[in-house]
Amino acid sequence: MSTGNATGRVFSVGYTLLFFAFLFGPLLIMSATAFNSSSFPRITPWECFTTDWFGVLISNTRLMQGLVTSIIIGVGVVAISVPLGLAGALALAEITPSLRSALYTVLITPVLIPGVVLGISTIVFWGDLGRSLGGGFSTLFFNGIFLTVIGQVTFIAAYAMLIFSARLQRFDPTLTEAALDLGATPGQAFRKILLPFLRPAIGSAAFLTLLASFENYNTTVFTILADNTFTTALASKVRYGTDPSLSALAVIIIAVTLIGAIVHEAYTRRGEALVAGPAKSGLYANRLGRLAVHPLTVFALLVGLAGFAVYGGMHHESGACQGRIMEGKRAEQERLIEEQQRRMKENAARPQAPAAGSAPGNPSPFGGAFGNVGPAAPPAPAAPAPSGSAPGNPSPFGGAFGNVGPATPSVPAAPPASMPPAGPASSGSAPGNPSPFGGAFGNVAPGAPAPPP
Amino acid sequence: MTTRDVRLDHVTIRFGAHIAVDNALLTIEGGEFFSFLGPSGCGKTTLLRCVSGFIEPTEGRVLIGGKDMARVGPNKRPTALIFQNLALFPLMSVADNIAFPLEVRGVGRKERRRRADELLELIALPGLGDKKVYELSGGQRQRVAIARALAVEPDILLLDEPLSALDLKLRQHMRTELRAIQKQVGLTFIYITHDQGEALTMSDRVAVMNAGVIEQIDDPVTIYERPKTPFVAGFVGETNTIAGKVMSQSGLDVVLDTPLGPLSGMAGGGRHFSVGDACLLFVRPEQLSVQAAGAFSATVVKEEFEGNLRHVFLDGAGTPLRLSRVGGGAPLAPGTSIALSYDHTRSTVLPASGARA
Repeated sequence: MSTGNATGRVFSVGYTLLFFAFLFGPLLIMSATAFNSSSFPRITPWECFTTDWFGVLISNTRLMQGLVTSIIIGVGVVAISVPLGLAGALALAEITPSLRSALYTVLITPVLIPGVVLGISTIVFWGDLGRSLGGGFSTLFFNGIFLTVIGQVTFIAAYAMLIFSARLQRFDPTLTEAALDLGATPGQAFRKILLPFLRPAIGSAAFLTLLASFENYNTTVFTILADNTFTTALASKVRYGTDPSLSALAVIIIAVTLIGAIVHEAYTRRGEALVAGPAKSGLYANRLGRLAVHPLTVFALLVGLAGFAVYGGMHHESGACQGRIMEGKRAEQERLIEEQQRRMKENAARPQAPAAGSAPGNPSPFGGAFGNVGPAAPPAPAAPAPSGSAPGNPSPFGGAFGNVGPATPSVPAAPPASMPPAGPASSGSAPGNPSPFGGAFGNVAPGAPAPPP
Repeated sequence: MTTRDVRLDHVTIRFGAHIAVDNALLTIEGGEFFSFLGPSGCGKTTLLRCVSGFIEPTEGRVLIGGKDMARVGPNKRPTALIFQNLALFPLMSVADNIAFPLEVRGVGRKERRRRADELLELIALPGLGDKKVYELSGGQRQRVAIARALAVEPDILLLDEPLSALDLKLRQHMRTELRAIQKQVGLTFIYITHDQGEALTMSDRVAVMNAGVIEQIDDPVTIYERPKTPFVAGFVGETNTIAGKVMSQSGLDVVLDTPLGPLSGMAGGGRHFSVGDACLLFVRPEQLSVQAAGAFSATVVKEEFEGNLRHVFLDGAGTPLRLSRVGGGAPLAPGTSIALSYDHTRSTVLPASGARA
């Protein structure tokens, strides 16, 4: 019996650990990659602790403009959805029961329709309307922000309605009657009795609709037209490759969420402690403890902590460390080149052409790898092996793409070799290029037709 | 006629085919404590909501202080309603609750607080203004609801079974208190209840309602002692019902031929019966007494003990009877045959068909 219990306990503890690892593992790893100087998000090998990726993130104008657009759209959606949802919930509460289910179905349908359909139908409807009214492309009917707000409201208002409905079910309608009877106008009864009761629901509805608007992609990708929201900008960025600045974004989002959750928890606990009576819990028993766990104190503390981290991060200089890493790579590169040149000399019958990318002093980790595309062409079949498996080459793609060349018979050996410094390889591997793919794609070009990215 | 009069002028209220209130015609005088008494679903709450303005009568008029209240909303009428669940605003303090009527009338904060404190004095809860509603006991909430209604300075206070949620002791205490407050402020109180005890102890006059119809309007003693319809006789207080046929009537004295023998009673509502009419004789349990030379005899079924009273259940020739007696003495053994008598001037004879006077 006791062994059975022990096994059960081990199993349940193990399961719990696995479950949490499954939930939070990706987040932890991703957060860590934001601080590794490696230009691909990963934690091994750890190169240098750096905060540069946050700078890269912030200097991405497309993303930042998308953020501004998203905020504008979010505010618009909240401003329309919350009153609309409230009106719908009130209508549901007041209507006769026979009509209620029909109205409910009508109001809830947009939630069930795929976002893609909503997005397309929004642009079709407003576009047709605009054209039939003779409006041009500069009018509201073809304004991405306007269309996105309208398109998102169609289903996000239903979310708000559900929240209000849930709260309204707990409202005692005699309170409104009492207010009327005591001389309040219907407007006063609504403002002074019903609205204060709904205040928590208004808060949740505003928060939820803002989040729903912010994270929406399916509908927005159609209705935004030529503009970009944060989400669509992010999606298109990911399509062209990922770098640790996305991890930096994840760190920021996780931090904001955590601060929000902790402050909310402090707020809830305080509420419970106040209802239960102040002396029940140790922390709430004395004035200092109460002050320490007040939600505002907690909030100020966490924001202060975050601000401190940001300040520290802004003044962190990882240049020296990165320089050392670069130096190491450069040395490795030179060693490889020398080795290669030695081999080339040995094989004197072959023409000699130093590749552009393999010029000494090229600090890019990819330079060597991609530069080898040229020389590694069929004439020098021995070369690819050492470059692809070169120790110290940090990019998993560097080797992979570099090796595309030799593996593809159609790649001619000559072109890259015959145009030394101006070739795409050298531009892609320019020092300081933060994208891990910059080099990769640049280098693919010479070998054009064959390798798909 | 004062501003505190309420007149229901042939008020009928229908919900679809259902008649909730049927042709109510009555005048409640200023300063009166008037109760509507009836079982649930008899239309008394509908009538109250009609007076307070939440329901418009289908036919007829409601006049308050001589003025027709048609299309005057509840917030414009000189009435204040105390709800069954009190409907205190849970998010406001006690003082804010009481001052709510003043707030919506644009009275300043200081004046509101002063009035709220005054009213808290009146209901004997001084200093509780800053408490939350949920911190109060049931009886305190009751009084806060009254104070809030009085803050409107209404001419008529309407109370919809406000005591039903309280326990017995508190209910009895609040009866006295309500009556005292009514005397103090001098308003017209219209009180809705299904509890005959409440109606009889507090009211100046009581209207007994059944299925939308007002059966009788009288002072409590008359309602109890001289019911005009079988429903009133049966609903207000306990009673023994003995069926019979009229043998003779002289003045109000009626003699019935019953399974228990010829029994006499007073003709209810001053009716005149013909010989042979099917009638019911109503005798209160406390009017029955065990006497050696009784008017009739019955067999004891069982006796129940209820503190101050003993209820004796009897069988009189197939008619179930009950008798209430005060004091001790040996319990009556089941199966014993006892002779019973009653004061016939305090018993009532009413037609069995249930027709109203």
